[in-house]
Amino acid sequence: MTRPSAAVRHRMDLLRTMMLIRRFEETCAELYSAGRIRGFLHLYVGEEAVAAGVLPTIEAEDAVVSTYREHGHALARGVPLESLFAEMFGRVTGCSRGRGGSMHLFDAGTRFMGGNAIVGGGIALAVGLALADRLQGRRRVTVCFLGEGAVAEGAFHESLNLAALWHLPVLLCCENNGYAMGTALATEHAQTDLALRASSYGVAAWPVDGMDVLAVEEAAHRAVESIRGGGGPHFLELRTYRYRAHSMYDPERYRDKAEVAQWKERDPIRLLTETLQAAGQLRQEDLDALGREIDEAIAAAVAAAEEAPLEPVDDLTHFVVSERRS
Amino acid sequence: MSKPIETTYREALREALREALRKDERVFLMGEDVGRYGGCFAVSLGLLEEFGPERVRDTPLSELAFVGAGIGAALGGMRPVVEIMTVNFSLLALDPIVNTAAALLHMSGGQFAVPIVIRMTTGAGRQLAAQHSHSLEGWYAHIPGLRVLAPATLEDARGMLWSALEDPDPVLLFEHSSLYGTSGTLPAGAGAVDIDHAAVRRPGTDVTLVTYGGTLSTTLAAADRLAEDGVDAEVVDLRTLRPLDQDTVLDSVRRTHRAVVIDEGWRSGSLSAEVSARITENAFFDLDAPVERVCTTETPIPYARHLELAALPSPEAVANAALRTMGKTDG
Repeated sequence: MTRPSAAVRHRMDLLRTMMLIRRFEETCAELYSAGRIRGFLHLYVGEEAVAAGVLPTIEAEDAVVSTYREHGHALARGVPLESLFAEMFGRVTGCSRGRGGSMHLFDAGTRFMGGNAIVGGGIALAVGLALADRLQGRRRVTVCFLGEGAVAEGAFHESLNLAALWHLPVLLCCENNGYAMGTALATEHAQTDLALRASSYGVAAWPVDGMDVLAVEEAAHRAVESIRGGGGPHFLELRTYRYRAHSMYDPERYRDKAEVAQWKERDPIRLLTETLQAAGQLRQEDLDALGREIDEAIAAAVAAAEEAPLEPVDDLTHFVVSERRS
Repeated sequence: MSKPIETTYREALREALREALRKDERVFLMGEDVGRYGGCFAVSLGLLEEFGPERVRDTPLSELAFVGAGIGAALGGMRPVVEIMTVNFSLLALDPIVNTAAALLHMSGGQFAVPIVIRMTTGAGRQLAAQHSHSLEGWYAHIPGLRVLAPATLEDARGMLWSALEDPDPVLLFEHSSLYGTSGTLPAGAGAVDIDHAAVRRPGTDVTLVTYGGTLSTTLAAADRLAEDGVDAEVVDLRTLRPLDQDTVLDSVRRTHRAVVIDEGWRSGSLSAEVSARITENAFFDLDAPVERVCTTETPIPYARHLELAALPSPEAVANAALRTMGKTDG
């Protein structure tokens, strides 16, 4: 077999990221069910194409602001796998030293500015990061993930107005998975065309097939290029679906199984796999090898994380305020 | 030595802002009407002309968004000074202040500090009724991760801002609305002040009067009145409401053996309750009388002048409380 082209290798990377996210989430669910990790756990299964498609389009110096369903964002951004599992286990080696947990993953090294568990709570923060870039003459972009539920928050509208008014370099990636916890889109929004609502602020906005990682990447790439070129804030409505419950406590009374099954027909991993196979770019043995490689990486990370030390209780009050003033 | 400068609380704040904008290019101001209008209380008057609209930014009426954006800008390497018109309006920004600014450093395991300064007006006395007059700084003083300052003097109005900007963590500055017109003199070289300690504003031996912000003048007036009755009151200005400098308070109480806490906040669940508790926890056996408190009557602040005055701590009420600790009056 000839060496795959850069384009094919890139698609394999996208596939790898999505598979890694899915295995990570499935592993979290297993660990949670076994009582080895606790707290709230919001899984990203079904939505992998969004994180995997958006995040390769930005640079290391750009910033990412996320939600409480952010494991996939952190993984796609390159936050080290072991530090993510260690955070789930509440270990000192966790990306937030065990102080954040599933909903508050932070990593200064990749400018991953956190999972935010207040719906819409990250949007103004992202606008401010973009303002700081503008004031310091940096050509950076801030990517902010939010759910469609956040569009009902005042924070969304205030922040979008501010971003548009000041023409700031921020990309809002709205993950429309159809449900704000258990409330369906049409039950909570008078106008369900979210891109239309964003565009009312003079922001470039359009809907994207959030199950197709190539479509997501193409849209994000276009938006990021435009933002870097001075095009101001952009809004992508990424239409996607969450296969699993909202959190581990959710009995899913608000939707029927047929709907879930229907969305699984367009599973993002399956879609890309089929595309690659149809083009003769992915052999079954390579796919199997990729799966094994991911399983091994995850098993090693879980083992290391679970053995990692806990932070001494004596350090409980560290980081409430900075140790030293500048 | 240069001559002392005649100034006002408002001008002292403005000079502090001007100094900060000159000294540190990361500093910028943001808030409702801070630019063209010159600030709701005219604190930032003239700064737009001097520093331009990028650094003196008028914002929409979006407290949640511009405070949140200030936090983001701080994370992005700036030193924002955000103005909120009144503490009542700051409730629209409670989420970014409490859930984000105060928690981020800890929640991120020490990775992301938030060096933001938020200034706002607090307090009653100008017949602005229940949605412009409350004293809610005690709420903010409840929150770990915040530093809460209450400049009560010209020196602190001039000096606290720069010290707040040097703090790598979020700092809230509460300016009592009755103080803006206060005039006096400052040394020519007045600048940054300590923001860790309370200050004894009037030494005395018989009773400790603990207060801060807008009620410092009320309390000093009460001390003058007490002096006429032969009672020598010591007045402690807390200055920093979080973290509380309890040592200065306790040192004083251990000398005077009596304490009155004066707080324009309401009594229930208040900063005065915290100070009182610290005194009884730490200096119970030094006390010759129960700790007294003088607070705002537990009602939303009314408009009518006589009702507003009746609701607020007065020099008479403070003096009477002090005399009660001395066993000298029926109260």
